[in-house]
Amino acid sequence: MFKVISNEEIAPQLHRMVIEAPRIAKARKPGQFAIVRLKPGAERIPLTIADDDPEAGTITLIIQAVGYSTKEIVATQPGEFIQNIAGPLGKPTDIEVWGKVVCVGGGAGTAVLFPLAKGLAQAGNELTTIIGGRSEKYVILFDELSAFSKQTIATTEDGSLGEKGFVTGPLKRLLDDPATKPDAVYAVGPVPMMRAVSDMTRPYGVKTIVSLNPIMIDGTGMCGGCRVTVGGKVQFACVDGPEFDGHDVDYAELAARQNAYQELDEHGCRLDAALA
Amino acid sequence: MAEISVKEKMAIERTKMPEQDALERSRNFKEVNLGLPLEWAVREAQRCLACKKRPCVDGCPVNVHIPEFLAKLADGDVAGAAQILRVDNALPATTGRVCPQEYQCEGQCLRGKKGQSVAIGWLERFVADWAAQNLAPDKAPAAQTGFRVAVIGSGPGGLTAAGELARAGHKVRVFEALHDTGGVLRYGIPEFRLPKRIVDQEVQNLRELGVEIETDVIVGRTLTLSEIREEYDAVFVANGAGLPMFLHVPGENLKGVYSANEYLTRANLMGAWMDDPCGTPIARGKRVVVFGGGNVAMDSVRTAKRLGADAAIIAYRRGKDEMPARKEEVKHAEEEGIEFHLLVAPLEILGDEKGWVRAVKLQKMELGEPDASGRRRPVAVEGSEFELACDVAVVALGTTANPLLTAAEPDLKLDKWGNILADENQSTSIPGVFAGGDIVRGGATVILAMGDGKCAAQSISEFLKGKTPKAPEKAA
Ligand SMILES: Cc1cc2nc3c(=O)[nH]c(=O)nc-3n(C[C@H](O)[C@H](O)[C@H](O)COP(=O)(O)OP(=O)(O)OC[C@H]3O[C@@H](n4cnc5c(N)ncnc54)[C@H](O)[C@@H]3O)c2cc1C
Ligand SMILES: Cc1cc2nc3c(=O)[nH]c(=O)nc-3n(C[C@H](O)[C@H](O)[C@H](O)COP(=O)(O)OP(=O)(O)OC[C@H]3O[C@@H](n4cnc5c(N)ncnc54)[C@H](O)[C@@H]3O)c2cc1C
Ligand code: SF4
Ligand code: SF4
Ligand code: FES
Repeated sequence: MFKVISNEEIAPQLHRMVIEAPRIAKARKPGQFAIVRLKPGAERIPLTIADDDPEAGTITLIIQAVGYSTKEIVATQPGEFIQNIAGPLGKPTDIEVWGKVVCVGGGAGTAVLFPLAKGLAQAGNELTTIIGGRSEKYVILFDELSAFSKQTIATTEDGSLGEKGFVTGPLKRLLDDPATKPDAVYAVGPVPMMRAVSDMTRPYGVKTIVSLNPIMIDGTGMCGGCRVTVGGKVQFACVDGPEFDGHDVDYAELAARQNAYQELDEHGCRLDAALA
Repeated sequence: MAEISVKEKMAIERTKMPEQDALERSRNFKEVNLGLPLEWAVREAQRCLACKKRPCVDGCPVNVHIPEFLAKLADGDVAGAAQILRVDNALPATTGRVCPQEYQCEGQCLRGKKGQSVAIGWLERFVADWAAQNLAPDKAPAAQTGFRVAVIGSGPGGLTAAGELARAGHKVRVFEALHDTGGVLRYGIPEFRLPKRIVDQEVQNLRELGVEIETDVIVGRTLTLSEIREEYDAVFVANGAGLPMFLHVPGENLKGVYSANEYLTRANLMGAWMDDPCGTPIARGKRVVVFGGGNVAMDSVRTAKRLGADAAIIAYRRGKDEMPARKEEVKHAEEEGIEFHLLVAPLEILGDEKGWVRAVKLQKMELGEPDASGRRRPVAVEGSEFELACDVAVVALGTTANPLLTAAEPDLKLDKWGNILADENQSTSIPGVFAGGDIVRGGATVILAMGDGKCAAQSISEFLKGKTPKAPEKAA
């Protein structure tokens, strides 16, 4: 049982939760995630460990309430308990000193990006951070990221904050200017965003690292449900990742597999038609 | 009771196991075998000839005192039988259900040479179930040694070791990666073959013995083995072989293609079959093809049937006689209407335009010369490819060692498959660290894992003799 210490809504449907988990707080490194199961009968879902406080024995999760499990988790009040949290899982980010790094976050992916960006900045990289959202209220962690970024750029689809458009707009400018051209790009967000960023950086030959979010169960390499194809090879995102070279990822397969359980009913009907 | 003559014994026919009706049970998850009534069990036990050479005992990996427990049962003394059984076997309710008896105890039974063997497995199950109902579990021994022993993994290997260590007076803590106990007994073997209340009961018994169980601890991630070694006087590693093997054919990442581990975990551990609206989903195929011929494949295909498949199909490279699954499972599967496509090998998994599996492409095989294992090797028949329509495919080829724990411990010596090297006392290359079960043997059996757990517990007590506990027990 893991006690919820605090729970605040930092943007619509986006919660920052601080939870008592002393063993994980001590072991965790940037880039790692935990598997959370709210209560008996509930699903196990992966969530990035956004931050930790080993002294207090707490970890921070930033959760976007997109569906059944995440909605139930963010409804947990301070003083209440989460039944199971297992972690830290996944390979820690390979924090290298690249020089100039651009970090790109989209939607809740910004929460996953946050610990990476912090780790990269602490290692001495010069960070430009680009975060995008549908509109102003969906742009999250701007101030937190600004605290250690040389420059922070927000983009919104409706122009209500920062630049109107997508994260790829400012990224292109940075790539084109020799003075700002990054040595590496980290991108975390919806699959189409990571794909667009990777496609954009490829011709520039800029190393691009993405953090993948397939459906997971155990997070320990036991089920193979999280498999993704990277560079033509099958990898288990939970143990071989979640970070991979963005230029090698089969995004179409990843996107398709993520939607599997939304499409289930339809799938059965199609087989009927095929066999008829 | 009156002596029964050998002639009379020989005249008794092997008992039948009452079973749920095949059609009915193929649509529910309740246990298939209903268990023997007392009179039938006693009568079956009377078939044992109490052979001098005791071949059955040699056939059992942990040398259960079979004729002795059968003799008690034949006398109607179930409690006496239970006492004998529990000395050799910590989880008889489990092994009685899942041991491949036809290759082990029953395979060697003298009565099987000319006719049918004594139903040792069913009797073991009977005695264990009776004991669970009627006998109080052991309490922690009064004399505690003050040593603290960590057990990694709560599968049959870890549970057995934990029980033995607690009975020896050590303070035991089990670390389990998942949110629940039992290992394969819970997430792999389905309810209809091994009801989860049996695992629950065993875990409860361990708690009565003072064993502490901490779930959600992934050794190698949450804690390292080195950290555990600093705190505990000895460690038993029984983290199983939890890495699924895939076919490596095109189309394996299509939606609707599962490893058996994922399929069974969704169904069993996560309760996808219970129709709980907040639970974990599973693709309930109408036509499900399962690759493989072992217990894992049988469990998957029979689960598919119970999840509502009209056609649940086994696709296996060899013939029926070569299937490694327990014979009883193959028989039950046939009765339940499972279809068998034998001597076929998968070439490809075919998908529709949306990325869902729609068929598997198979190639027919012939049995050629025997290979190193003595089984006749399947050889592909040219031009025999065909498609089999399906909407779910399950790959049940087996598992290998998961490197999560071992990768963090360079001093722990492994074999070329990544299994931990352990000697006949279950000692590893690190003093005070013992290992057993599937992580040492590769995918093996429940009873072998239990045997290792028991052996390791003895070795650990031996190892601790004359040592001083690292952390004297704090007054609670
Ligand atoms: C390594 C990793 C780290 C993650 N870190 C975070 C995090 O820090 N904060 C956060 O809010 N989310 C994170 N996610 C995503 C999060 O796990 C999913 O949003 C969650 O599982 C959805 O569950 P649900 O029941 O609420 O939604 P569902 O009802 O299952 O689905 C709602 C929507 O979410 C999509 N979805 C379902 N599962 C996933 C998934 N695993 N990844 C992406 N989309 C999914 C569905 O396609 C659907 O559109 C992470 C995922 C992974 C794999
Ligand atoms: C579907 C299926 C059906 C089977 N049917 C039969 C049968 O009928 N008869 C038979 O004899 N055998 C059968 N087997 C094989 C048998 O189940 C195994 O040989 C046996 O369970 C091995 O026991 P174990 O204790 O070594 O490991 P496991 O049962 O695998 O347990 C290992 C435990 O360790 C945990 N763990 C793993 N990594 C870590 C870590 N890093 N830190 C902490 N904990 C960890 C796991 O979550 C698990 O709970 C079957 C196997 C499967 C998969
Ligand atoms: S433990 Fe298994 S092999 Fe041994 S007697 Fe019991 S059923 Fe037979
Ligand atoms: S071999 Fe069969 S008949 Fe002989 S002692 Fe063993 S169980 Fe009894
Ligand atoms: S989540 Fe099961 S193997 Fe990755």
